[in-house]
Amino acid sequence: MNIYVLLKKTFDTEEKIAVSGGKIEDDGAEFIINPYDEYAVEEAINQRDAHGGEVTVVTIGDEDSEKQLRTALAMGADKAVLINTEDDLEDGDQFTTAKILEAYFEDKEADLILAGNVAIDEASGQVGPRLAEYLGIPYVTTITDLKIDGENATIEKDVEGDVEIIETSLPLLVTCQQGLNEPRYPSLPGIMKAKKKPLEELEIDDLDLEEEDVEPKTKTIEIFLPPEKEAGKVLEGEVSDQVKELVSLLKNEKKVL
Amino acid sequence: MNMNFSEEQKMMRKMVRDFAQKEITKEIERMETEDRFPKELIQKMGELGLMGIPIPEEYGGSGMDYPSYIIAIHELSKVSATVGVILSVHTSVGTNPILYFGTEEQKKHYLPKLASGEYLGAFAVTEPGAGSDVASMKTMAKKDGDNYILNGSKVFITNGAAADTYITFARTGEGNKGLSAFIVEKDSPGLVVGKKEKKMGLHGSSTVQLSFDQCVVPKEQLLGSEGDGFKIAMANLNVGRIGIAAQALGIGEAALEHAVGYAKEREQFGKPIANNQGISFKIADMATEVEAAKLLVYQAASLVERGVPCSKEASMAKMYASKTAMRAAIEAVQIYGGYGYTEDYPAERFFRDAKVTEIYEGTNEIQHIVIAKNLLKD
Repeated sequence: MNIYVLLKKTFDTEEKIAVSGGKIEDDGAEFIINPYDEYAVEEAINQRDAHGGEVTVVTIGDEDSEKQLRTALAMGADKAVLINTEDDLEDGDQFTTAKILEAYFEDKEADLILAGNVAIDEASGQVGPRLAEYLGIPYVTTITDLKIDGENATIEKDVEGDVEIIETSLPLLVTCQQGLNEPRYPSLPGIMKAKKKPLEELEIDDLDLEEEDVEPKTKTIEIFLPPEKEAGKVLEGEVSDQVKELVSLLKNEKKVL
Repeated sequence: MNMNFSEEQKMMRKMVRDFAQKEITKEIERMETEDRFPKELIQKMGELGLMGIPIPEEYGGSGMDYPSYIIAIHELSKVSATVGVILSVHTSVGTNPILYFGTEEQKKHYLPKLASGEYLGAFAVTEPGAGSDVASMKTMAKKDGDNYILNGSKVFITNGAAADTYITFARTGEGNKGLSAFIVEKDSPGLVVGKKEKKMGLHGSSTVQLSFDQCVVPKEQLLGSEGDGFKIAMANLNVGRIGIAAQALGIGEAALEHAVGYAKEREQFGKPIANNQGISFKIADMATEVEAAKLLVYQAASLVERGVPCSKEASMAKMYASKTAMRAAIEAVQIYGGYGYTEDYPAERFFRDAKVTEIYEGTNEIQHIVIAKNLLKD
């Protein structure tokens, strides 16, 4: 089975986010594999171990993205592809990413493509479904279980805490939700092997794309941090008065009623 | 001194940090309150290749270098000094002697089991009357046909009740040249695991007495030749000391990080206590000492890796890092104030765990002697 994982690097969840000049400061920041993509890598490895084949991890990024790819290789993926857009693209959005991936997958015979449900940075959850549309293959988002039998797939999908069971067929794209599996730590032998595994680097030129083919369809107007959390308010007095006060606060101050 | 960690080392450090945060943190309470040996953690560490970091791949190890091994002990000890010492003793003195002095047969039999964590290693040299003075050892090994018969007792054996193999030292003759080393398996007839020590710190690590009562050890279990014991004991001294230095570094750094976090959060007189110069200067001193200890520890590790003689540097690293851990832990308790004296906060654990790093793997007094001798010889 030809299994592909779409991987994105994101800020380490421990990092403090700073905004300056309308952009998120990423100087010196630590990056990690987007946690939802880790579920995708783990699932890909498990499916390969069960059904045979090969796992290729694909990312669009810059030179530094190699670190996250190597980590996925250390976990057990077989090959990695870095589509480096550092020199070619100023900006990009979900359209850009999906278009580049469409071009990459044009001559591939993918049986299964796995992605994270969302990336924890912008949380749009769009790239997976967009790519599946472009490729004309079925997709299921927020999966929590995947069973493959020949060409058929039975999937459990998280629907706001409930479970939907879906039967579909390969080739297929899924996006992975928490609960699907428990991603492994890269073992030391895995880390040592990772540096010898193939990592192919491509530019959009290699995919016969021009900058204008993938120009973003959206424009970011402003980026700002959420307001600092304020201390909670404790109501006092008789319970009946407190209820009245609470309702009035929700109505007049917070305007949620 | 430039700590140019390779990408592999950085990846490994991240893995060890994640593993320690997620897997070890939740075990600390059981280790502390029940003094329970964390055998499930050791098994997981074995699966990740952490129990055989510097052991070559052909013997089932991870085939990484000494600085990588030191990174692992340092990072694990930041979360649990107990796990740090288990790994350090297992590798530095429980496994390395077989790698360096074992026959091909011994290596093929034991190293894959030790490196995978299936076996836990220990090291039995200290006796009631022979601590720093190794040469006054009294345990005897007498050749009897195809076996050696061991008689005597050992104390303060780390990993003791949990170990599968003990690198055991016993006398086959007089003086330093009369010491021999054996790989003793836990089920050897006549080997009795005795009293478990109740320690001030390192709760969860197993420290026991061992008795050898007509203990039968097949002659194939002799490590090196008869009389090689002193050489074998001394050969891994540097790696052992740097391992404990890394453990101390982890404790010191953890004390610093927790103290910084608490000082910024804890408010008195309407402002964080970190705003008081008295507190902030303590933190500045702690951080400076931790940084200096880090440089000494990783410098010594890189000397070992390059095969440069480094008994002085290993002793300096061990002595300084352990003093730093103790001082940082004392200050951390002080910064936490009354809460620092309670078990609800980790400062008192760092305080209890730090002390032993000034004592074992060569007391700091011994380290002074080693350093001074190096400087004053000729």
